[in-house]
Amino acid sequence: MGRTLFEKIWDRHVVSTLPDKTALIYIDRHLIHEVTSPQAFEGLRLAGRKVRRPDLTFATMDHNVPTVDRFNIKDPISKAQIEALTLNCREFGITLYDLTSDHQGIVHIIGPELGITLPGLTMVCGDSHTSTHGAFGTFALGIGTSEVEHVLATQCLPQKKPKTFKVEFTGLPKYPVTAKDLVLKFIGKVGTAGGTGYVLEYCGEAIRSLSMEGRMTICNMSIEAGARAGLIAPDRTTFNYVAANDKPFAPKGKALDEAIQEWEELTSDSDAVYDRTISIAADAIAPQITWGTSPGMVTDVTGCVPEPDRVPGHSPKDVEHALAYMGLKPGIPMTEIKVDTVFIGSCTNARIEDLRAAAKYFKGRKVAAGVKALIVPGSQQVAKQAEAEGLDEIFKSSGAEWRESGCSMCLGMNPDQLKPGERSASTSNRNFEGRQGKGGRTHLVSPEMAAAAALEGHFVDIRTWGK
Amino acid sequence: MMEPFKTFRGVIALLDRANVDTDQIIPKQFLKSIARTGFGENLFHDWRYLSDGKPDPAFSLNQARYRNASILVTRNNFGCGSSREHAVWAVQQYGFRALLAPWKQSENGKIPAFADIFKNNCEKNAVLTIELSEPEIDEIFQMVERFEGLEMTVNLDEERVTLHTDEEISFHFQMDPAVKNRLVHGLDDIGITLQYAEDIRVFEKNHNIYLNR
Repeated sequence: MGRTLFEKIWDRHVVSTLPDKTALIYIDRHLIHEVTSPQAFEGLRLAGRKVRRPDLTFATMDHNVPTVDRFNIKDPISKAQIEALTLNCREFGITLYDLTSDHQGIVHIIGPELGITLPGLTMVCGDSHTSTHGAFGTFALGIGTSEVEHVLATQCLPQKKPKTFKVEFTGLPKYPVTAKDLVLKFIGKVGTAGGTGYVLEYCGEAIRSLSMEGRMTICNMSIEAGARAGLIAPDRTTFNYVAANDKPFAPKGKALDEAIQEWEELTSDSDAVYDRTISIAADAIAPQITWGTSPGMVTDVTGCVPEPDRVPGHSPKDVEHALAYMGLKPGIPMTEIKVDTVFIGSCTNARIEDLRAAAKYFKGRKVAAGVKALIVPGSQQVAKQAEAEGLDEIFKSSGAEWRESGCSMCLGMNPDQLKPGERSASTSNRNFEGRQGKGGRTHLVSPEMAAAAALEGHFVDIRTWGK
Repeated sequence: MMEPFKTFRGVIALLDRANVDTDQIIPKQFLKSIARTGFGENLFHDWRYLSDGKPDPAFSLNQARYRNASILVTRNNFGCGSSREHAVWAVQQYGFRALLAPWKQSENGKIPAFADIFKNNCEKNAVLTIELSEPEIDEIFQMVERFEGLEMTVNLDEERVTLHTDEEISFHFQMDPAVKNRLVHGLDDIGITLQYAEDIRVFEKNHNIYLNR
């Protein structure tokens, strides 16, 4: 019987099988950031343990970073957390891309940029959006702090083998329908627990047609369907991305050619069997918007806020609670919902392609009166590239704010937060209660949809907008 | 080294919400600590406290009947979202030692009761995540609503929980044998892996990891 892509990567990384049948999996790359690592380092110190492979461990600071004046961290607790990471990296000999580095950025954006993320590897990070790296055909999963400590100490993780879930997108999405809409549609179909216990493999014509940026957007949100990891088989698009821009940790020249030969085998065999399969027609997908407080509470831009008893997979009580929090009544068309803030950023949608897509909308237009638009590049490299292309000027002259890189308003650990009752169009990944600020109301959308909402002051169907 | 998990009896509290995410369990402003303690008082912070800092009487855990609860019974997909282990530390430091939620039957099989990373984090901290069927969890909800201060005994060895109603009601649950073994014996995960140091060394010798080669 053939093997799936996931099984091929898994088999290459089993160090040993423990008596209790758990597999000990080798971890090729470990990314760390300031929020989920301090207690892990403290654990190492208490037990007198070292970091086994500092050369495979890479750190950056992203969650707490101010996006206006990054060196002026006013919150003393945020500052202490950032200083703790600096000291821990120094003590344990770990490469750190700190606030002074050209390579600082959201951990899931800098991994691929630096060539740390490569096909066929295993990767972990104390962050649920580690699933992003699966876009390269990398088994990448989010872990808790105890597991961070485990990987630091042993470079391994005991793991129960997950099940496999094939997510096929047939046909081609019709622009301006994007990767974000594909993944939101999928989450709406299976629910936020539909992928629990599985590794997702996204495939089909629509996935093959996507850039690496789009593929990362899709894999990023695997966790929003409950799956710890999502995968896409690497292909020419992947290899070209790895080879471009002289990435410091990517193989080059002959080593790259040899690597590509290996990577070409990273596909699921035609007779591979998955534990679950779903097929979605990508050409029938409309731009998506969430209306509730969970990413699965999502509808087409042409839809309305639903009646509480008409939402599959959610109890009427939970829907009523969500609508009360969101300040929405059933029956309101999504395009009538007004926004106060627009956030274009996060590990889901803050790569260069996302900013280019948004800039196309902003160019020559003005942000609607009363709307605050925040453009937060995912990394210093993305910022540099955007500035070289003049995108920052487009944003600024339309009245949007061009910021420095970080996680920013995706979760508001830094000063970028919604005020109670404020409503956002956000390119991030979670519309949970309070996620972007206590009492804040989040609608998840693509960068294109967010840009149009910024200009109009409410959501619009970008397929017909301006025509 | 973890403490071995022992059978215990405690008061049950209810939280009647599905898809409770870790942002609710412990909001972001409390993730800035570099310590492993001090999270319990902020468990469910934004639901638990009003804007003036007083407890919200409408939130279930603030009800007198659930004071000193050590068992939380809730709904499907508890702990979804962020990987923050702070959520488990908050649950544990508040006083909960076991969480119960229902798996759901769907046309594509069972939907697990707990989100994956959260469940994993619970296992590392000896907080039990117990999955029962929806009717069983519904029954516990009804009983707890009916009998104030209702207690339950959690027996991991026998994979059984018992409601101490007049006529005791027991439910059997299943625990992954590997997880159970570690919890019952209080084994140190890292210590176990370090016993395989030689295997890891041999593996590393033969394993191609690229890194600019």
